[in-house]
Amino acid sequence: MPFDAANLFPILPEIAILVTASVVLVLDLYLKEKDKDINHTLTLIGLLVAIGLTGAVGGGEARILFDGNVVRDGLTDLLRGAILVVSLLAFVYARPWLKDRGLFVGEFYVLGLFAILGMLIMVSANSFLTVYLGLELQALSLYALVAFDRDSKKGAEAAMKYFVLGALGSGMLLYGVSMIYGATGSIEFGLVAQAVAEQGMDNKVLVFGVVFLVIGVGFKFGAVPFHMWVPDIYEGAPTPAVLLLGSAPKIAAFALAIRMLVDGLEAIQPDWQGMLLILAVLSMGLGNLVAIAQTNIKRMLAYSTIAHVGFIFLGLLAGTAQGYAAAMFYAIVYAVMSTGAFGILLILSRKGFDVENLDDLKGLNDRDSWYAAMMALVMFSMAGVPPTVGFMAKLLVLESVVRIDLVWLALVAVAFSIIGAFYYLRVVKVIYFDKPDPDMPVLITSGGVRFAMSLNGLSLLALGLFPATLLSWCQSVFV
Amino acid sequence: MYELPLLTLVIWLPIIGGIVVLASGDRGSDISKWIALAFAILTFAISLGLWTGFDAGSGQMQFVERAAWIPTFNVEYYLGVDGISMPLIILTTFITIFVIIAGWDVITYKPSHYMAAFLIMEGVMVGVFSALDAILFYVFWEAMLIPMFIIIGVWGGPNRVYATIKFFLYTFFGSVFMLVALIYMYFQADSFSILDFHDLELGMTAQILIFVAFLLAFAVKVPMFPVHTWLPDAHVEAPTGGSVILAAIMLKIGGYGFLRFSMPITPDASASLDWLIIALSLIAVIYIGFVALVQQDMKKLIAYSSIAHMGFVTLGFFIVFTIIRNPELAGGAVMGIEGGMVQMISHGFISGALFLCVGVLYDRVHSREIADYGGVINTMPWFGAFVVFFAMANAGLPGTSGFVGEFMVILATFRADFWWAFLAAITLILAAAFTLWMVKRVIFGEVKNEKVAALQDLNRRETLNLGVLAAAVLALGIWPAPLMEVMHATVENLVAHVGECKLPASEAADCVLAVRASVAGLTGQP
Repeated sequence: MPFDAANLFPILPEIAILVTASVVLVLDLYLKEKDKDINHTLTLIGLLVAIGLTGAVGGGEARILFDGNVVRDGLTDLLRGAILVVSLLAFVYARPWLKDRGLFVGEFYVLGLFAILGMLIMVSANSFLTVYLGLELQALSLYALVAFDRDSKKGAEAAMKYFVLGALGSGMLLYGVSMIYGATGSIEFGLVAQAVAEQGMDNKVLVFGVVFLVIGVGFKFGAVPFHMWVPDIYEGAPTPAVLLLGSAPKIAAFALAIRMLVDGLEAIQPDWQGMLLILAVLSMGLGNLVAIAQTNIKRMLAYSTIAHVGFIFLGLLAGTAQGYAAAMFYAIVYAVMSTGAFGILLILSRKGFDVENLDDLKGLNDRDSWYAAMMALVMFSMAGVPPTVGFMAKLLVLESVVRIDLVWLALVAVAFSIIGAFYYLRVVKVIYFDKPDPDMPVLITSGGVRFAMSLNGLSLLALGLFPATLLSWCQSVFV
Repeated sequence: MYELPLLTLVIWLPIIGGIVVLASGDRGSDISKWIALAFAILTFAISLGLWTGFDAGSGQMQFVERAAWIPTFNVEYYLGVDGISMPLIILTTFITIFVIIAGWDVITYKPSHYMAAFLIMEGVMVGVFSALDAILFYVFWEAMLIPMFIIIGVWGGPNRVYATIKFFLYTFFGSVFMLVALIYMYFQADSFSILDFHDLELGMTAQILIFVAFLLAFAVKVPMFPVHTWLPDAHVEAPTGGSVILAAIMLKIGGYGFLRFSMPITPDASASLDWLIIALSLIAVIYIGFVALVQQDMKKLIAYSSIAHMGFVTLGFFIVFTIIRNPELAGGAVMGIEGGMVQMISHGFISGALFLCVGVLYDRVHSREIADYGGVINTMPWFGAFVVFFAMANAGLPGTSGFVGEFMVILATFRADFWWAFLAAITLILAAAFTLWMVKRVIFGEVKNEKVAALQDLNRRETLNLGVLAAAVLALGIWPAPLMEVMHATVENLVAHVGECKLPASEAADCVLAVRASVAGLTGQP
């Protein structure tokens, strides 16, 4: 098929990110140490342009491009926007931390941008191969980012673990894809869906492939029992890298699940529903229970991520349009919350000191009551307490499982969320009820960081009070 | 004519006030306190509009406001009050003023945050009482926890962290199951409107499960035996204002929940499980009464006394089903519920006042131990008079509001069963014993130590607080008719509603309650 330039139009946001990454990569070679801020500015401009382009090329009918390998539909538009906005916040939070440690170099931005590019490719993939390419681009960049502080032994160890287990996960995924290709003769989601609908569950090769796909998805989400990498990476990696890999990639992982399981394999939904159900219950249970025992706040947030993944799976496994929309709402909201949480950790870190333990947040209210309030909002939102958006997200996924008559599952979920409330409350307790150590220096942050954090925290409240718009966007994707 | 959205105003004005107070900050001046007081008084003044504009003859929802909130799930911003919720709203706005005044000089650490927390709390509690959409109700219900958690944890006593986390987790535990029940009913009724839930036909199994879910939520809040253990901890550790709000209003939210949710939504389950609630209420009245007797800490004593008094409230509500089952007794049902309601309002005044009294002593001596006091009347005669008055009211002395509610509940219980009434009436002795014994040890006798000898009597601020509350207790005790009038029509409606079987036709044989007059009646309000 001849090359059609019109195909390029809907992927302009990806192109913008690629161009920015390339420009930063080359320009960085010629920048003096004191001019490195240009990298930062360029990255932010690139992201803003990409957000603008997402809006400009978005809307309207779904279009399939590049011989069926790429698609631009409602899901693409919304998830692209969410990934870009969340990443934008992440870069703003990361800057002071990098500067303090002499790590304020172009590579951070280049790797970060390539990871974002990978995620964008995942959300606009229309074939197993494209999804895999996006996934690997994202994963490779993130492996490098975890090892970014190259003098840190913990970072190197974390990167190694991440790489080995990530490669294992990708391997499983690819193996599953090859089986599905064998069973259906195609890697394009639409054609696979047709073939699957014809064959049903009789084809054992297909079922085998689905099992491996679900395992791959489980690995990428960090769902129990494929979660082993999550706490170690969160603890070992430099906090800006955790910020980048803990927030937007969850949205991308959601896209991965939706594209493969729903676009490709919805016809055999009852089969993957059972598998996701087990993953969901285990994740909510283990994540919430083990998080209680953590004193390292990064590890605690890692287990909290695992628990939240369980909730996202609740929406996915419902197998209804409402359920997918609820899961999507949850994934986006989770990314915003986790950006806020790690953002606060970055703000509290300073030269020669990283926030690692819960006690490092002691008396934040006395040091800066605005940041304390924002962190409290994030924590209450993660615990699912109204009027924050975390409650709305939980309400929606619970609604979707009650809708398919799995009331017991909803009860299990709320029971674990009570357990979860405890460790989030403990963070609030440390912030508000404990006194700071007397030698704590005054918190100094730039206006930009303060603005971003205010936006981040207050958006949780605003979305909780007025969830209708975002929810209707999410629902319009799955009608 | 354009009508002011009164309920919206009463909910959001204090919340906005809280934000303004936060913004005004603590820069050495009292400006934030004055702003807080102004907002509290203004809110109270506006909430009086609910009283004056209320049509007592109608048992329907009034001041209704309805707008779409999350259209795709039929969740609405749906507010309205009836004769049950309106007095509770006024109680909330009224008590908040005294809480603000009581914290005036006492709170030195970030007073603006303290005042703001109470204002936000006020708005949220009014929201709970006026929400007619289940999700809106749930949002307010849970949102209430956040300011209280902070209030106890930041301004509380030495063991505050344990107490506040216990408080939060207990209440959170109770309410999440209610959320699942609400979602379940949404799929049955295709609406989150509480009034639609009232008309929803539900099978017995579903009713019992829903009843249990509600019971978990409301029993923790009331609190009922055996899930009451958070209350003494929270009360003891909370600052005075926090204790007042907890005792005067938050506990009432549990009682309100029974009237708004449990009884009308699951009447058949309530009727078949009423023995459970009655038994738990009687345990609360008697056993907790004895527990109160042995307390060494004044706040703990009042906390246990609150549990015992709230036992009366739940007893009054659920005795109704026994009366309904025996048609010849019909008159007592309304009295039971009204007695419970009067008891709630009255307990709001009395327990609030008693906690303020303990606060007065604590601010001077920094001890809540009964043993640290004695002969306070010698140095604080005015204060002693107030304490004796409120103690008498707490013990249910005729002429005070404490008597009216207890008397009505006991009367209603007598109609149902002599022995229950006998057990309930033991409270008259127990309450007198534990309150008056405390008064004897703290107020009367010789001046015990030099700290007591150095006490200063009430200042103007404290006198104003206690004086107004004493007037309210007396007024309600001597002339409760205005309060009964506003709730009468609503309570009659409620009794008629809970007296009807809600089981579907297939299970009609199991109805212990009267079968509805006509199937058409199922569609709801005429």
